[in-house]
Amino acid sequence: MLEINNLRANINGKEILKGLNLKIKEGEVHAIMGPNGSGKSTLSSVIAGREIFEVTAGEIIFHNKNILNLTAEERANEGIFLAFQYPIEIPGVSITNFMRAAVNAKRLYNKQEALSASDFLKLMKEKQKLVELTTSLVNRSVNEGFSGGEKKKNEIFQMAMLEPSLAVLDETDSGLDIDALRIVANGVNKLKNPNNSYIVITHYQRLLDFIVPDFVHVLYDGQIVKSGTKELALELEEKGYDWIKDEYHNK
Amino acid sequence: MSTDETENILGEVTSGGDYKYGFVSDIEMDYAIKGLTEETVRFISAKKKEPSFMLDFRLKAFNHWLTLKEPEWAHITHPPIDYQNIIYYAAPKKKPQYESIDEVDPELLRTFDKLGIPLNEQKALMGFAVDAVIDSVSVKTTFKDKLGELGVIFCSFSEALQEHPELVKEYVGSVVPYTDNYFAALNSAVFSDGSFCYIPKGVRCPMELSTYFRINAANTGQFERTLIIAEDNSYVSYLEGCTASMRDENQLHAAIVEIIVKENSEVKYSTVQNWYPGNKDGEGGIYNFVTKRGICKGNNSKLSWTQVETGSAITWKYPSIILMGDNSNGEFYSVAVTNNYQQADTGTKMIHIGKNTKSLIISKGISAGKSQNSYRGLVKILKTAENARNFSQCDSLLMGDKCGAHTFPYINVENNSSVVEHEATTSKISEDQLFYCNQRGIKTEDAVGLIVNGYCKDVLNKLPMEFAVEAQKLLAISLEGSVG
Ligand SMILES: Nc1ncnc2c1ncn2[C@@H]1O[C@H](COP(=O)(O)OP(=O)(O)OP(=O)(O)O)[C@@H](O)[C@H]1O
Ligand SMILES: [Mg+2]
Repeated sequence: MLEINNLRANINGKEILKGLNLKIKEGEVHAIMGPNGSGKSTLSSVIAGREIFEVTAGEIIFHNKNILNLTAEERANEGIFLAFQYPIEIPGVSITNFMRAAVNAKRLYNKQEALSASDFLKLMKEKQKLVELTTSLVNRSVNEGFSGGEKKKNEIFQMAMLEPSLAVLDETDSGLDIDALRIVANGVNKLKNPNNSYIVITHYQRLLDFIVPDFVHVLYDGQIVKSGTKELALELEEKGYDWIKDEYHNK
Repeated sequence: MSTDETENILGEVTSGGDYKYGFVSDIEMDYAIKGLTEETVRFISAKKKEPSFMLDFRLKAFNHWLTLKEPEWAHITHPPIDYQNIIYYAAPKKKPQYESIDEVDPELLRTFDKLGIPLNEQKALMGFAVDAVIDSVSVKTTFKDKLGELGVIFCSFSEALQEHPELVKEYVGSVVPYTDNYFAALNSAVFSDGSFCYIPKGVRCPMELSTYFRINAANTGQFERTLIIAEDNSYVSYLEGCTASMRDENQLHAAIVEIIVKENSEVKYSTVQNWYPGNKDGEGGIYNFVTKRGICKGNNSKLSWTQVETGSAITWKYPSIILMGDNSNGEFYSVAVTNNYQQADTGTKMIHIGKNTKSLIISKGISAGKSQNSYRGLVKILKTAENARNFSQCDSLLMGDKCGAHTFPYINVENNSSVVEHEATTSKISEDQLFYCNQRGIKTEDAVGLIVNGYCKDVLNKLPMEFAVEAQKLLAISLEGSVG
């Protein structure tokens, strides 16, 4: 479903992604780990089509087509979702209104009619349950004054509403308390099916106890420098990244 | 308080002060209805078969206007207005402007479609010969009979002059005297028509009263005059919508609105102003110089102005409230959008005279393109205003780096038991926010609309439902193409 080949990307003339390769099939969960500043969030932004990053080489094939010249909203409507590491506040716009615009934009893109107000509210109620998001919260402005944990829950709620085929969760676990972590992970697991795939970016093994990955990759210096199965995450937890860095630099 | 005292205060708070120089004009008359002379004033009054007090009022105003000079202090610039090249009475006019709809700017058609204006209406707005066109002659009034049963009078100003001359005589010019400012004097001399609204004692007007003003004919100045009187223990919500057809040349619009609110009464006045703002290069568009003022005359009275301003090439407008009755309450909610080369200088004046008077100002400016958007507000607390309170919040949203936002808050306190608070913020729509919306599948254009509507929420919430929807659409349309 997703194939990234030799991807290079700059910001302000500085190269962050330096020839990155990644292949993901339907139904798979891939964890990406790596030291701070190694380029994980940059990778998610580039997949999602953020224009401040300049792609200088490579390709991103999604559902058999190169998406590099699609806009961010086209990619979103094609089924790519990004749960932000730092969700953005939009003052005065309620989650309800925001999601209505998003859901209907996607429907329009797929040449479906807009949802009626009542169908939309029904859908909201159903998805709210999934991550235990209260109605008082969805009536508030998007992320404004939300606690760190509420923001992350809100991201997963939005993912549930939009039913993407590829979701990139960028450190969705950071800032969550133990109960919230379980709630969010359960939500993700319920949404998992053989047709959708996940990229789970995290620093901690504990999330991967809940959302079990098929593959674990280490991103370092703008490249995937090591890949393995879930055991790799355990090994990283125990040993840190130094051995990986050494391996990489000695190559 | 005596009438004299009131008048003095009114004079003090309302006149700009430096209109001392004579206005010299080369009078040149093509025909009776173009250009401004005493003749024109008499012509208009005669055409409308007005009572003599109205003609006297007009003539006094005209003679006063001759002594004035156009004000220059607002943060706006424009080529000089040739007052002799304006048609002051547009009733007998030629209409055909377009032969077919193909000649009309497709951009304008698109805007109308987005607003959901039906085709016939669209044609009317563009100057096609359709019967429903309203120029300066009359105001569409609905539900007149039903209102009549309650004693509510809601009609055009001309009708009011015929049917209720005593009411007009008592109140016209009592809140905005013709001596108030240059444009008020001009309007008082040549006003064409407008609305009149009278709510008798103890009546809660059961429906929103609304009027639509339109400018259609080329070269027509529009000079409406609205007068609203709410007697004791009454309530009314009044809506005014404005649209104008598109023209290359600039058109002048100088209206007056006067509102009198008596004891325990409340008036809500909402405007969505969408006059033609000119094209992307700053050509054409309406010059909108308006004097709107209300007086909370009785104790416990309340007046609110809510305005959404998206149109006009130039807007010069300060809906104001004189809080004379004790415990009276004034509110001003405003969204002013400027794009391309538009200029807006708008705000409010809150004049606290009575005890325990309260005022609230929420102003949201949005500037895009190469436009200039200024908030100019005056909060004046007089000696008599024990325990007066004011809170002002003035926010500016900038889109791009070629536009300007300016805030000129003037505070003048003569009673130290009062509390006056002012907050101001300036923000931008960030790339972060746009990307967040884009990532959820929302196009940049729609994202801007969403974010702007969120920013204006506190004001939009004050509008009646159907107006709020129109206002939201207007905001999105007027900012189209301003980001990304
Ligand atoms: N807008 C930007 N301007 C300049 N440099 C940037 C920008 N965004 C990211 N970078 C740089 O790119 C590099 C990679 O950042 P990125 O956010 O992708 O790292 P990360 O792997 O997600 O780190 P973390 O684990 O801390 O979230 C960093 O050196 C960062 O400073
Ligand atoms: Mg990151």
